[in-house]
Amino acid sequence: MTTVLELHDVTRSYGSPPTQALRGVDLRVDEGEFVAIVGPSGSGKSTLLNLIGTLDRATSGEVLITGERVDDLSDARLSALRAHTIGFVFQQFHLSEGQSTVDNVGSGLLYTGMSRGLRRERAREALISVGLGHRLDHKPKQLSGGERQRVAIARAIVRRPALLLADEPTGSLDSASGETVVQLLRELNGNGTTIVLITHDRDLAERLPRRVAIRDGLIVSDSGDPAIAGQTKSGVAA
Amino acid sequence: MSVPRSRLRASDLTGLAFHGVRAHPMRAVLSGLGIAIGIAAMIAVIGISTSSQALVQQKLAEIGTNMLTITAGKDYLGHETKLSPDALARIRHLDGVEEASWTSDVDTHVYRNPYVAAGATGGLVVRAAEERLPDAVGATLAQGSWFTIATRGLDTVVLGSTTAEKLGITEVGMQVWLGERLFTVVGILDPVLLAPELNTSAIVSPERATAVLGFDGIPTTIYERSEDADVLRIRDRLPQTVNPASPGDVKVSRPSDALAAKNTVDQVFTGLLVGVGSIALLVGGIGVANTMVITVLERRQEIGLRRSLGATRPHIRAQFLAEAILLAFLGGLAGALIGVAATAVVAVANGWPLAVPLLIPVGGLIATIAVGAIAGVLPAVRASHTPPTAALSA
Repeated sequence: MTTVLELHDVTRSYGSPPTQALRGVDLRVDEGEFVAIVGPSGSGKSTLLNLIGTLDRATSGEVLITGERVDDLSDARLSALRAHTIGFVFQQFHLSEGQSTVDNVGSGLLYTGMSRGLRRERAREALISVGLGHRLDHKPKQLSGGERQRVAIARAIVRRPALLLADEPTGSLDSASGETVVQLLRELNGNGTTIVLITHDRDLAERLPRRVAIRDGLIVSDSGDPAIAGQTKSGVAA
Repeated sequence: MSVPRSRLRASDLTGLAFHGVRAHPMRAVLSGLGIAIGIAAMIAVIGISTSSQALVQQKLAEIGTNMLTITAGKDYLGHETKLSPDALARIRHLDGVEEASWTSDVDTHVYRNPYVAAGATGGLVVRAAEERLPDAVGATLAQGSWFTIATRGLDTVVLGSTTAEKLGITEVGMQVWLGERLFTVVGILDPVLLAPELNTSAIVSPERATAVLGFDGIPTTIYERSEDADVLRIRDRLPQTVNPASPGDVKVSRPSDALAAKNTVDQVFTGLLVGVGSIALLVGGIGVANTMVITVLERRQEIGLRRSLGATRPHIRAQFLAEAILLAFLGGLAGALIGVAATAVVAVANGWPLAVPLLIPVGGLIATIAVGAIAGVLPAVRASHTPPTAALSA
């Protein structure tokens, strides 16, 4: 099985004097996994997401995406990696209000240099796969919150990324809409997409195959990693 | 493993620029307005001046630039010299001369009636004129006729346009007081463009001037016309022809040159106004820069999102630069249309031909692109340095 993501003793400090948001994180995610990174606010999970998404650089340690070390890559190479390998889903959707859903989803391929016609074709397919085949020409304003997040998911998967990163994807949704989004992510995972989901919602995390709990910049439990499985019980109990 | 580079098509970049401008139409209009005013002012100023020049050019083409004026100059002691009485005959013999005639100042004055004070000449001059003068200078008659065999020997006068106006002569048949005699007006000239001195003249026939005004028959000014191609050659040969003994004393001038020169003086003024327009353009550019800086601050999340979608820093820079250029260009386009329209209105109102050199609007638009590019550099660089994590910090 291919390893999609590896973190070795990753730290991230901010400011001066430095405060450590991450204090030595080790994590490994294999292809086809669905991992929830769960922790309260301030635990460092957003910092972790930024590092995994190559939006930010680690202060020390190693980050490997699909086997490639990203810490030393140039900005242009990192951009290319994001354009082709990583799909993002944000809590706030970040859809362009002036564009139709097809064009919003197509913008996921904008920086791959693909022609507009081809982008739209792929976007249509992606929208159909998230169950929005009937909403192709709607504007985001005409959609419900759950539908908007599904458009954002379609935008993330339209380039068939090796890794799908979801940051609180249900955070702005009511529970029913949130449920459809979670179901969609499970389906995508069932079809082979590797997903890392970040949330502070323990109930949501409990329903996912693997849970990584983070607190004060350290991983305190990992239900899927045998190396630290022994600590899991005490970690959850605490 | 090697990942292909991030790429952004030129057509997509254009699309992004239009999308960005369209997102805030009101802001786009207001920030483009400064540039529009600058360009409109420049084009209108140049267009209006060019159109008025076009009118002069048109008139010059009508009346011709092929007339030369010959006057007696001063000798090396500073004394006035005289043209010789047979100068006209010699000029007419020159190869290429089509028409020639003369006038001569007569030492007397013209008044509306005998009761006007002798000093109140009004700057009007009495001149004797050879019979072919109207053909030589291209003069036409507003009223009446030039001297005929019948009127030449009588106390008759033809008035220049200004003379008639100053003396209050509205129609032929009226009389004026000239050289202590009553002269009957037989003709009034239209304004003569190439020989404006005739406008302030009262013209009498040489025969009558000799008979009753003490005229010596010596010409003061000779007017000569030829084919355009011969003008320069004839100009060189005129002094020797007129005064073989002392050619340096003869002055030859080309009145159409003076008219053209008057226009160049206008161009200095035009240059000044274009300078003012450039300042407006500059201020417009600052307006665009200002708008772009605000846009970049407002769109941090969009920038972050684009970075997460794989945009490189140069992609972000190009997007905002293109947006600034588009903003300026649209302003320039509107300005060019307004400028041409304003020129058209002024030209129509004055009865001028509409003449806007194509170079001016095209040059103006190129200038706006440059202004937009310069205005966009700083905001675009700032945009490209927005951290990608900005999209996540909602």
